[in-house]
Amino acid sequence: MKCRELAEFLMDYVSGELPEENRAHFEFHLSRCRNCHEYLAQYESTVKAGRIACGELSDELPADIPEDLVKAVLAARKL
Amino acid sequence: MASATPVDDEATLIAQLRAGDESAYEHVVRTYGGRLLAVTRRIVGSDEDARDIVQDAFLNAFKSLGRFEGNSKLFTWLHRIAVNAALMKLRTRKRKPEQSIETLLPGFLDDGHHEERFRSWDEPVDKAMERAETRQLVRAKIDELPESYRTVLVLRDIEGLDTEETAKMLGLSVNATKIRLHRARQALRTMLSPHFASPAQGRAAS
Repeated sequence: MKCRELAEFLMDYVSGELPEENRAHFEFHLSRCRNCHEYLAQYESTVKAGRIACGELSDELPADIPEDLVKAVLAARKL
Repeated sequence: MASATPVDDEATLIAQLRAGDESAYEHVVRTYGGRLLAVTRRIVGSDEDARDIVQDAFLNAFKSLGRFEGNSKLFTWLHRIAVNAALMKLRTRKRKPEQSIETLLPGFLDDGHHEERFRSWDEPVDKAMERAETRQLVRAKIDELPESYRTVLVLRDIEGLDTEETAKMLGLSVNATKIRLHRARQALRTMLSPHFASPAQGRAAS
C-alpha cells in the first residue's frame, strides 16, 4: 500500500469500517511511514477540533435564542 | 431568561403542547431555539436567514405535532425539520459556482508518496481547543469550506447524523456522501494546519 491508497482508506480506517485485509496493509504501511502516521493524527485531530469548536459547550453566539425571536415565534403561532 | 414551566419528561411536555399550553410552547422555543439557530446558521451562513428558518421550523413543527409519534426525541424531530429547511434554503438560492476543493486535498508524487512532509502540530488538539480564539478560528475555517462540503461535514461530524440519513437529506448516494465527507475533512485539515503547526525550519522531502 502506498501513501496515496492510505489517504484514500483513511476515513474507513478511522470509523472502523476498513475490511480486515486492507486494515492489515494499512497498519503495516502506517508502522513504517512517519508522514502517513502524522497525516492520520492530523486528520483525527481535525474531526475532533470541529466537534469541540461547534459542540454543545461551544461559546458560539447565540447561545440562547434572542428574546425578540421567542416573541415572534409565539405570536406567529397564534395567527 | 424568563422562566418557563419546568417539564419532567417529554411525554408530559408533548401533552401540554397538544393541550395548547402557552408556557410549554415557550419552554420548547427557549430550550431548543439557540441550538437550532446555531446549526441552521452554519448551514446557510447568514444570521437573518437562520432566524427565518428557525421561526418557520418551529411553526411547522407546532402545526404538525399530531404527526409527532414520539419515536424520536422532540429535539431530534425539531432538528431534522430545521436542517431540512436550511438545506432547502440553500437549494433555492442563486447558486454561485463553487470554489474547487482540489488544492486543499493532499497531492502525491508519481510513486504514490505524499508530496508534502507534514509537520507535527504543536500541541494536542484538546489543549489547543481550550482557547476561545482557536475555537473561533476552527468555526471560521468550517464556514470557509465550499458549501457542498461544509453541509456534509456539519451534518456528519458536528450534528452527528449517520451516513445514511445525511445522504438522504442531501439527496446523495451513501458512497458520494462518504467521499464528500472525507474530502471536507482533508480540506479542513489543510486549512487548519498552518495555525496548528509552527513554521517550518526548512523543507524536507518525503
